[in-house]
Amino acid sequence: MALIEVRNISKLYHLGGEEIRALDDVSLDIDGGEFISIIGPSGSGKSTLMHILGCLDSPTLGTIKLDGTMIEKATPHQLAGIRNRKIGFVFQFFNLLPKLNVLQNVELPMVYSGLSSRERREHSMAALKLVGLENRSKHRPMQISGGQQQRVAIARALVNNPKIIFADEPTGNLDSNTGEAILELFRKLSSEGRTIALVTHDPEIAAVTPRRIEIRDGKIAKEVDPKLAGLNRIPAPALSANP
Amino acid sequence: MNLLNAIAVGLKEIWAHKFRSLLTMLGIILGVASLVGMSALVKGMENGMKEALIAIGGVEKVRLEENDIPSYQKQLADQAVGCTMNDVYALQQSAPLIKIVTPEMRTRDATATHGSKSYDPWIFVGTWPNALEMNQHVIEYGRMFNEIDDEQARNVCVVGVGARDALFGSPEQLGYEYNPVGEQITVKSQPFTIVGMFTRYESEQDHKARELAKAQPPEPPSTNGPARSRGWGGKRGGGFVFTLKNNTIYIPLNTMWLKFRATAGSNNIPDPRLSTMSVKVADVDKMDQAIQQAHNVLMHTHKGIEDFAFQTQEDWADSIGKAIKNARLSGGIIAAISLLVGGIGIMNIMLASITERIREIGIRKAIGATFLDVFIQILVESVVIAVIGGASGLIASMALVHFLSYISPTDNTPVITVNSMLIAFAFSVGIGILAGLFPAFKAAKLDPIQALRYE
Ligand SMILES: Nc1ncnc2c1ncn2[C@@H]1O[C@H](COP(=O)(O)OP(=O)(O)O)[C@@H](O)[C@H]1O
Ligand SMILES: [Mg+2]
Repeated sequence: MALIEVRNISKLYHLGGEEIRALDDVSLDIDGGEFISIIGPSGSGKSTLMHILGCLDSPTLGTIKLDGTMIEKATPHQLAGIRNRKIGFVFQFFNLLPKLNVLQNVELPMVYSGLSSRERREHSMAALKLVGLENRSKHRPMQISGGQQQRVAIARALVNNPKIIFADEPTGNLDSNTGEAILELFRKLSSEGRTIALVTHDPEIAAVTPRRIEIRDGKIAKEVDPKLAGLNRIPAPALSANP
Repeated sequence: MNLLNAIAVGLKEIWAHKFRSLLTMLGIILGVASLVGMSALVKGMENGMKEALIAIGGVEKVRLEENDIPSYQKQLADQAVGCTMNDVYALQQSAPLIKIVTPEMRTRDATATHGSKSYDPWIFVGTWPNALEMNQHVIEYGRMFNEIDDEQARNVCVVGVGARDALFGSPEQLGYEYNPVGEQITVKSQPFTIVGMFTRYESEQDHKARELAKAQPPEPPSTNGPARSRGWGGKRGGGFVFTLKNNTIYIPLNTMWLKFRATAGSNNIPDPRLSTMSVKVADVDKMDQAIQQAHNVLMHTHKGIEDFAFQTQEDWADSIGKAIKNARLSGGIIAAISLLVGGIGIMNIMLASITERIREIGIRKAIGATFLDVFIQILVESVVIAVIGGASGLIASMALVHFLSYISPTDNTPVITVNSMLIAFAFSVGIGILAGLFPAFKAAKLDPIQALRYE
């Protein structure tokens, strides 16, 4: 059974009488441990898809099953719990809380899952160590570089040990070298067995993931999946994404 | 997120906007302070009024006074007898709803002298020993004159401290309490032996002030001109009722009758009329029946001529009650409005605060904050402002009360009651909750996606 099963979802917006199909009948599965990229031009519906998969938004039509839970049947309260425990988000603009220091930012998901302060501290320091920022824990977000902020955001995304991490254009706001380093970090996390979905408009970035789903005008246009033998098979990257 | 966390976040948020928070709190501080201050003033007023009411004999005391004869009985005027001892005995026998009857007979121009000193008492009456109970007098030295003194019309008297202070020296002058029992004074050339002295009657506040003054070394007398008495009116807190009681001299009724009245009526005809008569009803709740009963009895003794009237303290007690209630109500409403304004200030600042923090709220929701988490966070913040404001308001209320009694000293010390503090504090917390509900709801129901997109 796949970690996420998406069946025929559509997302419709109505703007001044005009109907916009941000997503149009999308179906896909994501397995645990996969490293996947969702690629497409700006406005193609990538973020919309990611928000829906991440339980931040709900589809107009269709069903999603995440780790055995039918999302459309869950209450807002349950969805918050799912976002808290099963999903980690990394955003283009980092989205750290400026008033909290690095450590407190990383601790935040655990505040909502109700861990003791001692546990929160331990887990946060471990996560910061993983992204190489253990000695910046007392800094404010404004006092560290963009790349470091994104690392903090990644630490926050993985601190509750989620089933999947969604990253929406995580390098979009970074220079190319820093972006490289962030991608390298994702690769490392993937190699440790984490499930990661990377959203990007940049084919070069998408190239680091074994599986790639291309979206155009809200539809899946093309899929490259190493699991599907033969067609479109690309040389696997240096690391094996699938157990 | 647990409550402790929410409080910590709230405090941090308040600290991050110190000045803004302080201004917001100021509304609550002033509201609480004015609520507690108002209630303290009213309480002081109430205490003062009640003290005076009790000192004058309580609500159960009713005075019987001579009254103009009603117009339809005008032709009987020359047959009117006035209040006499007949009335007293009749009431004692035939009015069971009346517990005590005390006759009073006065004389004019009674000046008491002792040696070279003289003194004009405010009240110089001949009465029965039960005047002690009727008028709530307390004996400090000696005794009240008794029935035998009265029967034998002995020249004895019981004096208030005013008489003692004037004729023998006050404790302030002497440095000690002089006991005048056994001394002789002269009134209208009649010698009287003092057999007792009443205690000093004063308001609670004066009592405290005097105790305080006693504890401190006496100040050297001011050398500001020759020594003089500054009169009663100027004496701060000398409530009229207390001054009146302190300047009383009681002598037995028969003594008054035989030594002064029997020889001093108009045209030298003995005047048997009493000046007044006081009765005490057995049960205040049966005041109406008791007065009716007394009325019936007196109509009989007065041959149907209604030349008397009853004067109760009910009106006074009622007007005290009404005045207190009005003062409390209007003060309470004004203070409550100012608290309400403080609450509106909180709501205003909370709305501004969540608008500033839409993105933060989006982030919190994205990483797992529930509706309730956000709701509680904002609500707690609002309540924390109110609680800090409320607590500071309680402290400020003490300063306010000091300030009030400084700028406008009254006879009645304002009394801050625990009750008023609790109510004001609870009210401010309630205001904080009310003010926070709407902003908290608004924040909690923000859509995370839209909140995250918000710039
Ligand atoms: N709240 C919204 N209201 C109306 N249209 C929207 C809304 N959100 C997204 N869209 C539209 O849906 C489409 C997909 O948007 P998005 O998923 O953000 O694209 P991408 O992330 O691929 O750039 C766009 O045409 C966008 O204008
Ligand atoms: Mg996008």
